[in-house]
Amino acid sequence: MPRLERRPQPSARWTWLAPPLAVLVTMVAGGALFAALGENPFEAIRTIFWDPLFGEFAFYYRPQLLVKAAPLILIAIGLSLGFRAGIWNIGAEGQYIIGAITGAGAGLAFYPMEGWFIFPIMIVAGALGGFVWGMIPAILRARFGTNEILVSLMLVYVAEQLLAKMALGLLRNPEGRGFPGSRNLQHYPSAHNAELVANTGIHWGVVAALIAVIFAYVLLTRHLLGYQIKLAGQAPRAARFAGVNPARLVLICLGLSGALAGLAGMFEVAGPAGQITIDFNVGYGFTAIIVAFLGRLHPVGILLAGLLMALTYIGGEAASSTMQLPMAAIQIFQGMLLFFLLAVDVLTNYRVRARKTEVAP
Amino acid sequence: MSVTRLLTSAALALGLASAALAQDKTKVGFIYVGPIGDGGWTYEHDKGRLAVEEHFGDAVETVYQESVPEGADAERAITQMALQGADLIFTTSFGFMDPTLSVADKFPDVKFEHATGYKAAPNVSTYSARFYEGRAIQGHIAGKMTTSNIVGYIASYPIPEVIRGINAAYIHARKVNPEVEFKIIWAYTWFDPAKEADAATALIEQGADVILQHTDSTAPQAAAEKAEGVITFGQASDMAEYKPRPRVSSIIDNWAPYYIARTQAVMDGTWESQQIWHGIDEGMVEIGEITDAVPADVKAEALAMKEAIATGEYHVFTGPLKKQDGSDWLAEGETADDETLLGIDFYVEGLTAEIPQ
Repeated sequence: MPRLERRPQPSARWTWLAPPLAVLVTMVAGGALFAALGENPFEAIRTIFWDPLFGEFAFYYRPQLLVKAAPLILIAIGLSLGFRAGIWNIGAEGQYIIGAITGAGAGLAFYPMEGWFIFPIMIVAGALGGFVWGMIPAILRARFGTNEILVSLMLVYVAEQLLAKMALGLLRNPEGRGFPGSRNLQHYPSAHNAELVANTGIHWGVVAALIAVIFAYVLLTRHLLGYQIKLAGQAPRAARFAGVNPARLVLICLGLSGALAGLAGMFEVAGPAGQITIDFNVGYGFTAIIVAFLGRLHPVGILLAGLLMALTYIGGEAASSTMQLPMAAIQIFQGMLLFFLLAVDVLTNYRVRARKTEVAP
Repeated sequence: MSVTRLLTSAALALGLASAALAQDKTKVGFIYVGPIGDGGWTYEHDKGRLAVEEHFGDAVETVYQESVPEGADAERAITQMALQGADLIFTTSFGFMDPTLSVADKFPDVKFEHATGYKAAPNVSTYSARFYEGRAIQGHIAGKMTTSNIVGYIASYPIPEVIRGINAAYIHARKVNPEVEFKIIWAYTWFDPAKEADAATALIEQGADVILQHTDSTAPQAAAEKAEGVITFGQASDMAEYKPRPRVSSIIDNWAPYYIARTQAVMDGTWESQQIWHGIDEGMVEIGEITDAVPADVKAEALAMKEAIATGEYHVFTGPLKKQDGSDWLAEGETADDETLLGIDFYVEGLTAEIPQ
């Protein structure tokens, strides 16, 4: 019987080996699941992981990967800063929604005027909207010591109600024949977050996600604030002695992650989604939490994790469509990924030892 | 990516790569908003798909994608189907409207059919059913059978189709029972069994003994079954497993004839963009069996109304009718035109709730 022995400190090697191993185990377990459903597991796994990248229709899927990954990465980068400092923003979904509302609202306020300045205003409005929504739990925690996990999560539901209200009221398309939903920003050139290069999927949100990755990397490795964030997470008492102001850190981390989530929402509504609708949000804010951890809270890791997550979504949809796999099976498959990551993480913190026979001295 | 490379080579080596699809088959795609096992809306669309398969046999191939969110993801799902060679694609929820138009623009040779929307294009048709005709019959039965005079209504989204249904049911309930009151809960979902069950329970606790639903799962039926003396109606599908009570009747959407006809049109090369709205007359809306839980005279009246609607003798929205704010809508004997009905965004007089906005 092998036994587990706690490592004195997490293994650096396993920290980076665990995610690929988790992906591999997910493929095996997922393959078994698909086989149990009577499908060819190799074909299913190939459809999910290979076809979107190198298959017949890769020319369409590859750009879609960027479209899907960009908001995940943008949000996850923001979340990771807080998570490293022990500040738990679970409500990115809400900040994403508010950013979309303020971003789209700012753009629609100018409708039908055209002008180069409209899109930049929308970007600022989107970031500001997310920032303000993130500041609510931040100020409540800094001032009154409330739990930011609960407050930020509850604010998601408030944001969803606000979204419905906007889709039905203030932002409703007056020419929408009684249907809810705003005007389609894709049809409003000045506000449209269009592809920068045709058929690449690269829109301003993708660019922003890449900038965020670089920015976070520099912040964490070269900047005092990055040091403080890391210190606060690893040794809160030491951080306090080192002069880190915890309240300030809470405001910065929640504000930053809120602003980035708001930006993601704004780019999404002005581009791929096009409209403020009641069902605008599809869970990017929550999936980004998985992406942040899958990427080890490291900017480059998050970049890769975001792309991988997007791949399982796009490949999963493709498998559901071409192989007629039930959507529930695809969702189980995606869930397995996080489950196995957590399971494999045991190896990061523990060493597997073959049990030695105790011999009397 | 070495892992995927390995797996792929394994798959290729085993010769398991899927064979190229035969090109002479007509490929028909379906985009569903819920799971095919929802027991309601999507279930009936999928029955239509299976009917197409059965009718044409080897001449067609059908594909579907279930639980597609309404929004940016829908566009990808539809594009995917078009890329994979679908000749005709049915997008079966109102939220797929803009994505359908946008994909249709990129695939001018593929024909699209969007359910319950209003935007068409040379290669996009719209189709919908006059569910409100069935709602009128439900309203009649509800008005007759309620003893608490409170009718609960689980609404999905405040779109014209749903508002039309509420108006139709209310007008006919009030006609036979002036005391009747409608309590409406907006679920903001088409399919969410937990939410739908909560809504049904809340309405029953507020005294409703009739539950009408415009959401797609059978959860409200199950919730009503647990309560004493509550009746319900199947939505989109017969929901026959809840017969004879709580489910006393149903509106069944029968898409099969339409799907078969449109597939045939694509095969014959006669497909043209059209906007159709069929009702009881054409058989797109069916009334499920009225069970013995309904008194015989009420049942007879309901069936007579169905007959009158089918023959065109009776229009569900016939004046005199006022809007909720008291202003005139339809004069004595006047009937509502389709244009108004398609964009209806107001309640009729007597409804006390407000349309969310």
